[in-house]
Amino acid sequence: MSDVKGYRRPFWDTQPDYLYPHYRSTVKRSPSRPLVVLPQTLSEVTGPLFGYDDIGGKDDDLTRQHEGAPLGERIVVSGRVLDENGRPVPGALIEMWQANAAGRYRHVSDQHDAPLDPNFSGCGRLLTDDAGRYRFMTIKPGSYPWRNHSNAWRPAHLHFALFGLGLAQRLVTQMYFPGDPLLPYDPMYNCIPDDKARQRLISVFDWENTIPEFALAYRFDIVLRGRDSTPMGG
Amino acid sequence: MSLLATSSQTVGPYVAIGFARLNNDNLAPAGVTGERITVTGCIVDGDGEPMADAVVEIWQANAHGRYAHPEAVSETPLEPAFKGFGRIPTDASGRFRFTSIKPGRVPGAGAAMQAPHLNVLIFSRGLLKHLSTRMYFPDDPANTEDPILQRVPAERRQTLIARQGTGRHELEWNVVVQGAGETVFFDL
Repeated sequence: MSDVKGYRRPFWDTQPDYLYPHYRSTVKRSPSRPLVVLPQTLSEVTGPLFGYDDIGGKDDDLTRQHEGAPLGERIVVSGRVLDENGRPVPGALIEMWQANAAGRYRHVSDQHDAPLDPNFSGCGRLLTDDAGRYRFMTIKPGSYPWRNHSNAWRPAHLHFALFGLGLAQRLVTQMYFPGDPLLPYDPMYNCIPDDKARQRLISVFDWENTIPEFALAYRFDIVLRGRDSTPMGG
Repeated sequence: MSLLATSSQTVGPYVAIGFARLNNDNLAPAGVTGERITVTGCIVDGDGEPMADAVVEIWQANAHGRYAHPEAVSETPLEPAFKGFGRIPTDASGRFRFTSIKPGRVPGAGAAMQAPHLNVLIFSRGLLKHLSTRMYFPDDPANTEDPILQRVPAERRQTLIARQGTGRHELEWNVVVQGAGETVFFDL
């Protein structure tokens, strides 16, 4: 039989709605009709899988992708990718991108009056290991202004995009830093209804993974949707 | 052990740099069997403005109806050169274009077979969660019995079906994120 074990839908208040007017771009980019609930099929529980051919040698170390060292504070960002059942997700592709230490992205549309760093591209990717672990070396991104509202500033953040084992596990999120004074003002952070879910986007200072005389460390665990134990009915 | 899924956040306006490495607008390199197709389209917002900073991702089965994934166990053959993944950033006019092959039919629930379709995800600034939709093929007789299409209200079904373009293998499929003619999006 072709009935599949589906992925559970996340608790509603852990996820933002499409429309969140405080984030202005959602006003014209959010569907106005309700989503059609799709009973998962093979199309949704399968998904693209990636291997080491898709990864370059320095993709997990954003400080070594150029001849010189980038400016900024070196940091280790590591954690585990688990599903909601607590099982590690091995072989998950994580793509990460970020602003440089001055708060500027290497993107033609980013016109913020802050310097580009010739030694920093701000993009990385890796595969989680057999225990679902990952580890990036990078520099701490700067905050930057955006035009969402008057005097709007984004807190420092890293963008994470993950492929799990199936399309239904695809996740894009952002990681923040503990104690950032901009968080309470950020519509992106505040769009999540549940306060605890929001706080889980803030990484934890990670003493164990600091490298003496070289780099501080932050821990960020990521949870993808978990599977039901029984197949979905026809 | 029970954990809660991490919250979704937007990819923001600079997703193109983060996703560029795995861009792929040719899903069917030489040697892959099947009917070649070229799909072009445009993504527009609620004002009809093109979304020039979006990324489209495709996931599809091969011409035999087999996904390149260990869970897709079937008698139908895999093709090593066909991975089934495409990723295309929209251009300054909000347009995307990719070439592939028409997928075969894949199993649905029970004994039902699904009509040939591409699974499509859309990412952009202003989307706090990515959008999930499907593209079906014009005039495919299997469309009338597809279990997913049948769940979509009849008057909105055509938003999921590409139109025949000028050439025989050219397909056109536009995505309207909001408003009149809004594309059907799925809660997976």
